[in-house]
Amino acid sequence: MSASAVVGRREFIRTGAAIGGGLLVSLHAPLAGRTSDALAAGEKDFALNAFVRIGTDESVTVISAHSEMGQGIYTSLPMLLNEELQADWMKIRVEAAPVDKVYNHPAFGMQITGGSTTSPAEWGRYRKMGAVARTMLVEAAARQWNVEASSCRVDEGVVIHGATGRRATYGSLASAAAQLTAPADVPLKPAKAFTLIGKPTRRLDTPSKTNGTAQFGLDVSVPGMLTAVVARPPVFGGKVAKFDANETLKVPGVKAVKEVPSGVAVIAERFWPAKIGRDKLTVDWDLGPNAALSTEQMLRDFTEMAKNPGTIAKKTGDPEAALKTAAKTITAEYDVPYLAHAMMEPLNCVVDLRADGCEIWTGTQFETVDRANAANAAGLPPEKVQIHTTLLGGGFGRRANPASDFVVEAVHVAKAAKAPVKVVWTREDDLKGGWYRPMWHDRFVAGLDASGNPVAWTHTIVGQSIMQGTLFEAYGIKDGVDSASVEGAADLLYGIPNLQVDLHTPKIGVPVQWWRSVGHSHTGFSVEAFLDEVAHAGGKDPYELRRTLLAKQPRMRAVLELAAQKANWGSKLPAGVGRGIATHFSFDSYVAQVVEASVEKNGAVRVHRVVCAVDCGTVINPDTVKAQMEGGIIFGLTAALKTEITLKDGRVQQDNFHDYQMLRIFESPEIEVHIVPSSENPTGVGEPGVPPVAPALANAIFAVTGKRIHRLPIRASDLAQEGAKS
Amino acid sequence: MTSFFVNGKPVQVDVDPATPLLWALRDSLEMTGTKFGCGMALCGACTVHLDGKAIRSCVAPLSRAEGKHVTTIEGLSANLTHPLQKAWIELDVPQCGYCQSGQIMSAAVLLAENPKPTDKDIDEAMGGNICRCGTYPRIRRAIHRAAQLAGEGRTR
Repeated sequence: MSASAVVGRREFIRTGAAIGGGLLVSLHAPLAGRTSDALAAGEKDFALNAFVRIGTDESVTVISAHSEMGQGIYTSLPMLLNEELQADWMKIRVEAAPVDKVYNHPAFGMQITGGSTTSPAEWGRYRKMGAVARTMLVEAAARQWNVEASSCRVDEGVVIHGATGRRATYGSLASAAAQLTAPADVPLKPAKAFTLIGKPTRRLDTPSKTNGTAQFGLDVSVPGMLTAVVARPPVFGGKVAKFDANETLKVPGVKAVKEVPSGVAVIAERFWPAKIGRDKLTVDWDLGPNAALSTEQMLRDFTEMAKNPGTIAKKTGDPEAALKTAAKTITAEYDVPYLAHAMMEPLNCVVDLRADGCEIWTGTQFETVDRANAANAAGLPPEKVQIHTTLLGGGFGRRANPASDFVVEAVHVAKAAKAPVKVVWTREDDLKGGWYRPMWHDRFVAGLDASGNPVAWTHTIVGQSIMQGTLFEAYGIKDGVDSASVEGAADLLYGIPNLQVDLHTPKIGVPVQWWRSVGHSHTGFSVEAFLDEVAHAGGKDPYELRRTLLAKQPRMRAVLELAAQKANWGSKLPAGVGRGIATHFSFDSYVAQVVEASVEKNGAVRVHRVVCAVDCGTVINPDTVKAQMEGGIIFGLTAALKTEITLKDGRVQQDNFHDYQMLRIFESPEIEVHIVPSSENPTGVGEPGVPPVAPALANAIFAVTGKRIHRLPIRASDLAQEGAKS
Repeated sequence: MTSFFVNGKPVQVDVDPATPLLWALRDSLEMTGTKFGCGMALCGACTVHLDGKAIRSCVAPLSRAEGKHVTTIEGLSANLTHPLQKAWIELDVPQCGYCQSGQIMSAAVLLAENPKPTDKDIDEAMGGNICRCGTYPRIRRAIHRAAQLAGEGRTR
């Protein structure tokens, strides 16, 4: 953790001044912008720094610089802070940070939640902020008692002077402590002294998520608010030519129909009239250049492109020569489709736009970017725009949109409505709305030596760039290679001496975006499915081959061994059940999974059990790590078995959960998660559980059927036995 | 005007009676615990009880509630004491939490009709509720746990 990550006293005073009017900060954000767990701050609430306030009622409010979208950060960040603050855990509340540079991500320099980076990035800062606050509270008590601070200790929110037995609660000291100068440097506890970090801790947000009080963006209401839905073009890049709103305006409750840059907004008193009004709207669209797009054609184009190498992303040794001299070569190609994020809470955004400022309520992963884009759309300076981050009903990357599509559109609708407005996306809007995980084609050639070991490996990738044309381009694209396109392929851990990874980046008019595990969502599948083919071609056990190739990767090798051991790799399975294994390194974490699956005569796949081992460095909340692995596995199985976005004549062919199906409880396997103990710094948890499950499943299907999976989602028709009805 | 009961209290809603009950609850009665996920009874996020039966409120016209009793997540218990809420908290089921109102309301009808459900019973009763975060293994465990807690409650 760099020193610059630590917020100085001077800086947070400025922050306090910006948002609360001085040192005594009372962040009375509108109630709508709060989570139910962060109930209204008490009348006397004192900021010890920008990350923690202490109330005279003993409440401790931790300010989260990151959004809670299910990954458990509203519990993990308070755990980090309170490891050092040592307040009574039962008194902890969480509040979403306002947009301010003090809350910028320590590594990215902007306020964002993504890339499985919150715990790794905040590992130092939140503990430091807790330690600074504790030091100030102790100092305040020592001054009151006229004793040395070093003669005092703390215990669950109480400062104690041992020699005299005097005690003072944090709440009673908060006012005086907030007047003190923050210490420049404070020592942090060594890991062996942790009392909270590493202990299974119940999530602070669970109660509110079991009684309907948790507040998501869609639940926000502000006085005078209208609700809008937007008719968007049926083809990406289309524009409104003309529209007829006569029938729409007859719907009781519809207030106005307005053209906005993204389409036609139907603005009404409530959602239902807006939706009915949109159904009655007639729009003539200028379809633009993408009206002939077809994913079937793209599949053929990608396959053709992959016949020649693309821009080199990684080259080790001399793969060309090694392939020529190999005893055996094998080739395989893999395809994965566009995928929608399909968060359960459809996109939405509330905007209150006035001449002198703009307030926004939404569940976002991208506060700094959204504020800049919203300010631009509103014609205001960014500091006049404030975003109240609500809970996110799922994010998976969709709510980190470089163009802030759902926020910018809502600003335009608010401008047209001349009233506070909530723009609501329906499920159909969500699935047809683009910003998908890109469609990818992966082509491999491997060369094996006489003993069956892979000595050469070439991997040609075809797919759109996510970062091209965004503000992340300078950060993520080097020498024509988008790092997100080749992650998980160019940084292969397996010891193969001659390796080449190259990339074709076609430009296609379908907006694409990061989707839980990003590039790893295709490389995890293709690399691990192909490695299984390589093992088979060389007459090797797929587990043993991986073990051999990981000789110089002790952390991954340990994870692989743990997963295999817990899954009883090599033991006999019931007839008709196959076992497959895969590993994947992503977001600095090591994951291995073993899948047990069977295939019915009609080709239907049943996943019985998934055993997962993970090394994510120091674990903050073990139950959260397990939950994220479980969730990642089910997310990955949905992609493996169920979902694809396809286009025909430029139109997205999927509408809702009947043709974009999610895995359901009756398809959900038994999942076991095993965590490798580690004292390394924490690494990512939200995404690394996703990539290995599709290949482990594909490999299990091969084990039981002898059929290789080369295309996701897995199709029953490809696996049905002859004569069986599919 | 549609008159009915929500969580035991009489209410009147003056919107088009064809409006889905979900939107009457959310937009007219400002009870936002019941969620919108698909609008086609495909995901279960909007599940409420109508005279004790689980229904998808996104496709149920308001008129269907006339004179009847609707129970929403807000009315499941006054203070998180329903066995399902206790079990959900004990096992930390929710992740993003958005689907959980519907999950719990579906599970409540299951337990009311079948106090000791098997895994198969759970699969059948909960198959209409999607969780994109993938909390299914915990939902299953929590329903079994709630059944146990409810059983202990009855024998005390």
